[in-house]
Amino acid sequence: MIEVRDLWKGFGSQPVLRGTSLRIERGEAVVIIGRSGGGKSVLLKHLIALLQPDRGQVLVEGQNLCGLNERQLIQVRRKFGLLFQMAALFDSLTVYENVSFVLQRERKHTEAEMRRLVAEALGMVELSGIEERKPAELSGGMRKRVGLARAIVYRPEIVLYDEPTTGLDPIAGARIDQLIRRVWERLGVTSIAVTHDMASARRISNRILMLHEGVIYADGPTDQILSSTDPIVHNFVNGIVPADPQLAN
Amino acid sequence: MILGILQQRVWSLIRELGELAQMALEAARSLRLSRPSWRDFIEQLHFIGVKSQSVVVTTGAATGMVLCAQTYFQFHKVKMDTATGAVVSVGMCSELGPVLASLMIAGRVGAAMAAELGTMKVTEQIDALRTLATHPVDYLVVPRLLAATVAAPLLTAEAVAVGILASWMVGVHLLGIDSAYYFSNMNRYTVPQDVITGLIKATIFGAAIAIISCYKGLNCRQGAEGVGRATTEAVVYSSITVLVSNFFLTLFLTRLIKG
Repeated sequence: MIEVRDLWKGFGSQPVLRGTSLRIERGEAVVIIGRSGGGKSVLLKHLIALLQPDRGQVLVEGQNLCGLNERQLIQVRRKFGLLFQMAALFDSLTVYENVSFVLQRERKHTEAEMRRLVAEALGMVELSGIEERKPAELSGGMRKRVGLARAIVYRPEIVLYDEPTTGLDPIAGARIDQLIRRVWERLGVTSIAVTHDMASARRISNRILMLHEGVIYADGPTDQILSSTDPIVHNFVNGIVPADPQLAN
Repeated sequence: MILGILQQRVWSLIRELGELAQMALEAARSLRLSRPSWRDFIEQLHFIGVKSQSVVVTTGAATGMVLCAQTYFQFHKVKMDTATGAVVSVGMCSELGPVLASLMIAGRVGAAMAAELGTMKVTEQIDALRTLATHPVDYLVVPRLLAATVAAPLLTAEAVAVGILASWMVGVHLLGIDSAYYFSNMNRYTVPQDVITGLIKATIFGAAIAIISCYKGLNCRQGAEGVGRATTEAVVYSSITVLVSNFFLTLFLTRLIKG
């Protein structure tokens, strides 16, 4: 279970999160939506303590991540997998070395076991047999799928996705969504994604949180949020630029 | 206005020095807590040590040759030609060898370290490391620090040896100094402490270059401009550190080793 309590974060004089609070139960598939630059990725990075808040708490299974040092966070982060917006594969390593990275660092598995686990993870993202390729030889969609394989190979409890379909064509995007759904169903993980792609949000979530002006403005089941009549939610979901400039901003 | 900017700069410098010291302590803690990757260390040793040889050897040879020529031109006026080898040897072993080899390492290796780590930072690879339950200092800084600390004295020894050999060729074959006297005076005035001083300095410089360059790379700002700036600052700060600390190390080590 993840709980965020009154989270504040600013960069310079610009406040991004202004008292955000939320709660995500184990096994949920949640999408956080909101305007570009509205703090979705910042919020996501707080969940795994890649950023430290100015104020507030992030609790994972009751443990507050705020104030822990980098070494204490290593154990907590083992529960998480994160798919980055641009995949963030290590470009000096092969696909096999990327996917097996955590396994190699832990030194708990034999080479044969690691080969098997990597093959399984790559199989799950439909990329079998590319172990020896370098990230530079892969397309954008393939890189994201390798990133997903790297995030799930060590069986985390929570998988985070930062804009999983950004930069992909609609077919590649739909394929990534399909894989995210498959990972959630087959591995039983808690799935948390941030996106502004509504088609993607519909496919990969059963609950949507809308971040607006630094706080969770709307929270509910996917269908309910997507058919909301609240003007701010409705305009965002349907991509309508309101005539009222107050609502547009 | 000017006072405010100056104050800001001083605070920024103090903060950076504090973070640098913190990273050095974290690297020491990492060495105590975790086993460094042998493979990463060898890779870095190859990159820093083997691939820097051409530039370090060239620097050593050029310095030895020009030092020999200049010393000879001055000493010849007072009929002290045969002391040339001693001046070159002492100078190369305790001062010019470690300083010039380290400046070359700062230029070639420091820049590459800052650029590589900086690029990893802006492409979120450092964040990826952290999410994969890996401390960036353990994985990126420690192998580079160890490799630079081992490679710098070895490269310095190589630069010194090549420099002395080059000076002998210039002195004996070009300027006509007697070879036997050249070596005799060199042996007479060069003491083991000169060599030890130079190697200790090089070890410290190697560690400083690695720490400064890794710090600049890991703390670089976003975008191509951020990487470029981090690379430049890594080379400039490393070079200044080598030059300034050399003076204090000379005073300290001379008293410590030579008594």
